[in-house]
Amino acid sequence: MKTNREFEHFVAPVEETPLLATDAVKVDDAPLSLWADAWRKLRRRPLFIISAVMIALIIVVAVFPGLFTQVAPDNGCELANSNGAPTEGHPLGFTFQGCDIYSRIIHGTQASLMVGVFSVISVLIIGVTLGALAGFFGGWVDTVIARLGDIFFALPIVLGALVLTQLPLMRENRGVWTVVLVLVVLGWPQMARITRGAVIEVRNADFVTAARSLGVSRIGSLVSHVLPNALAPIIVLATMELGVFIVAEATLSFLGIGMPGSVMSWGNDISAAQSSIRTNPAVLLYPATALSITVLSFIMLGDALRDALDPKSRQR
Amino acid sequence: MTDFIAVDPAVTPVPDQGAPVLEVRDLSVDFGVDKKWVPAAIRLNYEVRAGEVLAIVGESGSGKSASSMALLGLLPSNSRVTGSVKLAGQELLGTNEANIRAVRGKDVAVIFQEPMTALNPVYTVGAQIVETVRLHSEVSPDEARLRALRMLELVELPDPEKAFRSYPHQLSGGQRQRAMIAQSLSCDPKLLIADEPTTALDVTVQAEILDLMRNLRNKLDSAIVLITHDMGVVADLADRIAVMRRGVIVETGTAAEIFHNPQHEYTRALLAAVPHLGQGGADSAAEVDVTAALAAATNAELSSIPEDQLLRRERENAAALAAAEAAKPQGQPVLELTDVAIEYPKQGRVPAFRAVEGANLVIYPGQVVGLVGESGSGKTTIGRAAVGLLPVAAGTMKVVGQDISAAKRNGRQLHEMRRHVGMVFQDPSSSLNPRLPIGEPMFLAGVAKGGELQKRIEALLDQVELPRNYRNRYPHELSGGQKQRVGIARALSLKPKLMVADEPTSALDVSVQAKVLDLFQNLQKELGFACLFVTHDLAVVDVLADRICVMQRGRIVEQGTRDQILRNPQEPYTQRLLAAVPLPDPEKQRERRELRAQLLAAGQS
Repeated sequence: MKTNREFEHFVAPVEETPLLATDAVKVDDAPLSLWADAWRKLRRRPLFIISAVMIALIIVVAVFPGLFTQVAPDNGCELANSNGAPTEGHPLGFTFQGCDIYSRIIHGTQASLMVGVFSVISVLIIGVTLGALAGFFGGWVDTVIARLGDIFFALPIVLGALVLTQLPLMRENRGVWTVVLVLVVLGWPQMARITRGAVIEVRNADFVTAARSLGVSRIGSLVSHVLPNALAPIIVLATMELGVFIVAEATLSFLGIGMPGSVMSWGNDISAAQSSIRTNPAVLLYPATALSITVLSFIMLGDALRDALDPKSRQR
Repeated sequence: MTDFIAVDPAVTPVPDQGAPVLEVRDLSVDFGVDKKWVPAAIRLNYEVRAGEVLAIVGESGSGKSASSMALLGLLPSNSRVTGSVKLAGQELLGTNEANIRAVRGKDVAVIFQEPMTALNPVYTVGAQIVETVRLHSEVSPDEARLRALRMLELVELPDPEKAFRSYPHQLSGGQRQRAMIAQSLSCDPKLLIADEPTTALDVTVQAEILDLMRNLRNKLDSAIVLITHDMGVVADLADRIAVMRRGVIVETGTAAEIFHNPQHEYTRALLAAVPHLGQGGADSAAEVDVTAALAAATNAELSSIPEDQLLRRERENAAALAAAEAAKPQGQPVLELTDVAIEYPKQGRVPAFRAVEGANLVIYPGQVVGLVGESGSGKTTIGRAAVGLLPVAAGTMKVVGQDISAAKRNGRQLHEMRRHVGMVFQDPSSSLNPRLPIGEPMFLAGVAKGGELQKRIEALLDQVELPRNYRNRYPHELSGGQKQRVGIARALSLKPKLMVADEPTSALDVSVQAKVLDLFQNLQKELGFACLFVTHDLAVVDVLADRICVMQRGRIVEQGTRDQILRNPQEPYTQRLLAAVPLPDPEKQRERRELRAQLLAAGQS
């Protein structure tokens, strides 16, 4: 030591810095799970509130269309009203065939939403199962599932749908279910990939090893320990895909390979509006707006969920 | 190498002894969290002079790192810093960004904890040092290169030319830290901030880096602020010490004052919580004088201890060893390894890796065996194999009387065996499922149902001294020490005969570690399970273990009772390991340091 000055020995007043119990326990706090924590964050976010209200409204419209319009959407059409302007009781005017646009939009919600919901549920079942198996077991299981997924992933959705819907069985039974089937067949690899990645991330965590060292079986630890921790990205993707599938349904219907003309859906309406787009753009505009609002709501919800569930995006 | 200061006339000569290099007055740091200011440091006052080492000691959350990073303006944008920081009379706080940048790296340099992440992996070490040099002084590339090489030489890298051309991943951890130090010193800083510089390193490497830093301090005359939680490191290097807790400096003084005459309650509690090698467990007969034992084993003569005193200490040591040899274990072994080799199975194109070779080890009921080694020695591998998580490639491994070396992976036999073995993990935050309440994992094993199960969970929580209503809590609501206690409760849930503890306390603060170790020891006595305690920390093993196995590069190089290992270490590696553990006492550490220097010198000749 080169210095030779005097050092004072400073001690902070003990009253101001009292000794506390090491690793003290807080007995009175209520337990709070990560889900509850996410919910607390979510419910204060305007993005979440707006999208949740919108989606709730859309669901009500889909389930009880009669609450919103008394006008029958298809058999009340009169050619005299073709491309007619809005009148009393028909706030959005009439289509080329003389049908009430507003009523058709309200009644078309059901088909669009059904396609979205059932496609997402099926994609969740198939994609999560396959992805979880691939990620958890690795090895040849992973290779087979990953390659299989890649094959479907490589197919452009429109091209794949064109081919699939032209199969005889599909052509004869066109309806909501064929559209769902097409979307699921072409859409599951995305979900499987996300699940696989999330599972791989969690699979080697110590708590999984701990569960196994306590005698929990491999599948048991996958279900009760790995999957719950891989759920966040899956939920986010599922919400966003719901919107994407609704758009895809509209695309397919527009191309004439989705819903049959007898089923009311936004896609069909958009498709039918082609002929009168110059004379009466409202015919195209209104169903397209309904579609956009729905899709936007789901994607906004997905965004809000991602912010709430992903611990990394919380640190700002 | 001493000529290096003279080579560069631009840098300031040895500063005036009277004026402090760094003067910190009323420094406060707050972080904005959820629209509130949370204080990280409150009105700190300290100063450091040239050639002096100030150690800022504290546990996690004490604000020691935040306050030091604040000196350089290296805090995230949600922070607020007030007060005054003067470097050689020049105010650093409140000046503009350009000024601070000029100071960073030139007048003040930082050594970070993790050299692998602090060095950029895509550039060679040399290129990074050259960059630093040229950033702060106008020299030609050739000159900068020469300076970089001289720096690498200064930090005692064996082949500076080669190190200059190496990428960070091509160097070992210790070499990387040396390269990092060379980079920080390349502009001859007035002040060096070392933020946990040896925490990520093995203990023998740590001793080398500490030696290096001591040499450098004498050569360079920089002021050094050493931030650490390790009292041993402090005792080895510090001239003055500031003890921080919860953002406040509770005590400052010279090293001798703090270690021998601590005034504040917290300082005393902290010093009492630090386990030091040789102290033994709560009820062990006597403290082991490791320095004397090592001196005897290696026939060293120390100038720092009078000869007759050393002889007396060596004699006492020998007597205690003879007494300890008398006690013998009994019963059927709980874990028995005979010539065991363990491989990590090959994965795809990555070939199998043999991590352990020819291991022999026996644990009797109620015995605690400490498995000690540095990183990569294979200690964790043995622990994992004992739970059946890794296959045995050769030899036989018997767990609770059953030979599991030929057992099928995921088969019935392993499943049965796991009921007798509990495991505690290193990282408390990743060893608990964040989505489940902490009570949940304890009944996954399906030993009990209904009311009996509830009672069992309550009993387990009682055993680890957690309140019963904690069982509905989620892991993120618990502190690290509490999570680790839950980990222990989980391992106990099947009433195991063997407990494998893999570095259970190394992620915890000293005072928390002391508490967890104490709890663990009481549980072990009460429940009588045998334990394989895997750790890198000899002092922790010393507190707990009846027997100690020392591992090096996949082999058990020495094993014996605690007394045999600590009092009469035979293997040179064990001796070196023991000598490298810093003691939390400046005087004793000086003796130990001299001994270590002799050991290394003897090893080379």
